[in-house]
Amino acid sequence: MVTVMAEKKKKIVKTIKVDLDKCNGCRACEVICSAFHAEPKYSSNNPARSRIRMIRHPIRDVYVPVYAGEYTSAECMGRDKYIIDGKEYDECGFCRASCPSRDAFKEPDSGLPLKCDMCEDDPPREKPLCVEWCLNDALIYEEREEEVDEEVKMEDVEIGLTSLIDKYGKEKVIDTITRMAEKGKNP
Amino acid sequence: MRYAETGYNLEIDLARGNVERAETDPKATELHLGGLGTNAKILWERVPPEIDPFSPDIPLMFSSGLLCGTPAPGANRTIITAYSPQTLLMGYSMMGGFWAPELKHAGYDKVIFRGKSPDLVYIWINNDKVEIRDASHLRGKGAVETQELIRQELNQPNAQVAAIGLAGENRVYTASIEQGRSSASRLGLGAVMGDKGIKAIAVRGTKDINIAKPAEFYELCTEVLKYIKYRNEHPVPNVMTILQGLGSPQEMLHTDEKWHTENFMWGNARVRRKDFWNKQIEDRWKEVQESVRTRLISCYNCPMKCGAIISVPGISTYMMKCFSKLTYTMAAFVDDLDFGFKIAQRATEYGVDGFSTPQIMAFAFELKDAGILTDADFEGCPSDSEGKFYWLLDRIVRREGIGDVLADGIHWAAQKIGKGAEEYAHNNIKKHEQLPLKLGMLNPVYFLMYATGEKINITQIEGQFPQSPFATMEERQEFISDWIQVPDEKFKQIVLDWEFRGERSNPYYPTVDMSVDIVDWQEKMHYIDDSLGVCAGLSSFPLKPPYHMHNYPKIISAATGMDLDEAGLTQIYNRNRNLVRAINVRRGLRRIDEKPPQDHWKKRFPELEEQLLDAYYKFKGWNNDGVPTKETLEALDLGYIAEDFEQRGIYDEEPSTKKASA
Repeated sequence: MVTVMAEKKKKIVKTIKVDLDKCNGCRACEVICSAFHAEPKYSSNNPARSRIRMIRHPIRDVYVPVYAGEYTSAECMGRDKYIIDGKEYDECGFCRASCPSRDAFKEPDSGLPLKCDMCEDDPPREKPLCVEWCLNDALIYEEREEEVDEEVKMEDVEIGLTSLIDKYGKEKVIDTITRMAEKGKNP
Repeated sequence: MRYAETGYNLEIDLARGNVERAETDPKATELHLGGLGTNAKILWERVPPEIDPFSPDIPLMFSSGLLCGTPAPGANRTIITAYSPQTLLMGYSMMGGFWAPELKHAGYDKVIFRGKSPDLVYIWINNDKVEIRDASHLRGKGAVETQELIRQELNQPNAQVAAIGLAGENRVYTASIEQGRSSASRLGLGAVMGDKGIKAIAVRGTKDINIAKPAEFYELCTEVLKYIKYRNEHPVPNVMTILQGLGSPQEMLHTDEKWHTENFMWGNARVRRKDFWNKQIEDRWKEVQESVRTRLISCYNCPMKCGAIISVPGISTYMMKCFSKLTYTMAAFVDDLDFGFKIAQRATEYGVDGFSTPQIMAFAFELKDAGILTDADFEGCPSDSEGKFYWLLDRIVRREGIGDVLADGIHWAAQKIGKGAEEYAHNNIKKHEQLPLKLGMLNPVYFLMYATGEKINITQIEGQFPQSPFATMEERQEFISDWIQVPDEKFKQIVLDWEFRGERSNPYYPTVDMSVDIVDWQEKMHYIDDSLGVCAGLSSFPLKPPYHMHNYPKIISAATGMDLDEAGLTQIYNRNRNLVRAINVRRGLRRIDEKPPQDHWKKRFPELEEQLLDAYYKFKGWNNDGVPTKETLEALDLGYIAEDFEQRGIYDEEPSTKKASA
């Protein structure tokens, strides 16, 4: 991974406060997230592509909206399981990683990892759509300013390729791209 | 590309174990939308009317609505259709929850079963992979329990499962189909599912649903959502609490049950307890409800909270919605709500309709008190009010002894028992148990809705016109001031003029013609909802809903790419309304059957009631026996139905009311 260190910079930290007690489990967040990220925008929807997932087990009263975080090529050495106020949550039930241990946060057809981008848009939105569509206020958007070291972000393509390389090896990925280019196929 | 819909149905032949993915005709969508509309078309086409509801040829359909799975809030209903073993008419029962959107994402609009499986099976639909799997290990398991066992067995925590319990397996006529917090309860379709040997249908889908005009559709959905927010913050004033908000009645939220317990009937829909509610009861009921209610929950993509997770210590957790906390409690004359939550848990696992089943039991105990049923029929039955209801519920669901007779519902049980039992079957319409409500003065609008409803359940036809007049002119003005949903300004005037007493009051006001207009509007919204799969709780059912005649055509057009305006949508409604009526006409439904219970109102007006029916039929373009005329059908592209009626001699029949009096 290539990271370039930059000067200290002012940065807006975007936070979504998740109130589990207020969640009614409707999955509107998943619906609208996937619609927003469709190409063209809103042209399709599919919770399986959503960057927020309801980890939901009604009978056990488990209702946890989780946001897609970083992609990781290997799962953790162990798994965590939280018990809060006597209620047991699922294994990795609060984890945001797109990871080999589960199918969450991966494109269903390509397996490429997904990550929440807070509905980056031009012009910028006031708040992410999942928050707007959550009328029960289980998701609350907050911003604050922080001074941080800014790191140059990998382009989306690079993130995708890195994950493919992790999965299949560098050679196989290069071979495939070359072969496809030769055939004139554009995936 | 097909928009909003997938364009494919899953056809499953249970006898041969054959599974087929069949492309559907886009023309059918243009004519009928989807859901109820296209289900009705298939039912009309595939089987002749003489068929028995338990014939292997019966197509049992699990359908999504046209908008299900799109971002349209509350578009999540599954419309299940076959013939009802109880009414013998078209049975269409619906459930909310999460099943229909999942089916769409798996790539199908409907699942259509035919034939019967020789062994108990469950169906596993995982995108393109569909399996018919052995369910012998699930025989007798609870409907809620089964959903969980299947998810575990498949290792698919995100699969949505619709299942029957013991009642469906045993073909109890009030058997429901349960799915999460939702159930398709009315008209016994759980029995048809059990008869076909299907214990459950599990589905998981990860495909896209496409939208024709993305930006427009998104804007329209956002407006709907904004209006829901506005309505949640602005309850309708001057009406009782449960009518103020959106959604189905917020029975899981509210604990004040003075109105229901003192105005609805106890036992076999007969006894009113006007002084039931007091401080002690109020405190106890509040305490009970709040202690068992773990969380208020919703269906797919809906901000409302009409359901709840119910955890009663010592018994397994289940989910509840609407009114069932009270139906068992009041039918059994039990003064503690604790009983309601406990017996509903068992009833939900058995998978029975929480409206009909308690009434059947109350009916049976009334017959016992009257000496029509004997002690021998109740051998082993405890004598306490709670114990005897548990005992009888077990007998009915297992079809043991008297339970076997009662499992066919009040109408058929009364016929079988005889000895005057028919007199006690006083609360049915078209052989189906009704809400335990008995009132004073005839309401002409409700008379028509009760009499002519094809769903045979008042909550599935009543809607957004106020149930009673407002007391003052100020209140009326306030009500109509932001009433954007009216399809025509004339409805506002009716509200302004409607009085409690005098010339402009029930039963002669709203006038006959106004009543017909009002009913047509209410029906229209329900028929559209049921074809789109949008929950009535956000549309046809509550006052001032977010979906209405003015935004629906735009929403449907943007989602599907169809070019639809209000007139076009009304035409589709009329087509679907007449198609459903035609199916039932072919099954023998006539004017003579269109009767609310005789004791529903104390004050009845036979002449006016005839005028109301005359006018309603005329408005619909039906003959005086409730049969759509040839001209009406042809104008709706339903000429094939008119031909069928002609061939069967339906137009040449003597009027049903005349035949009955002869």
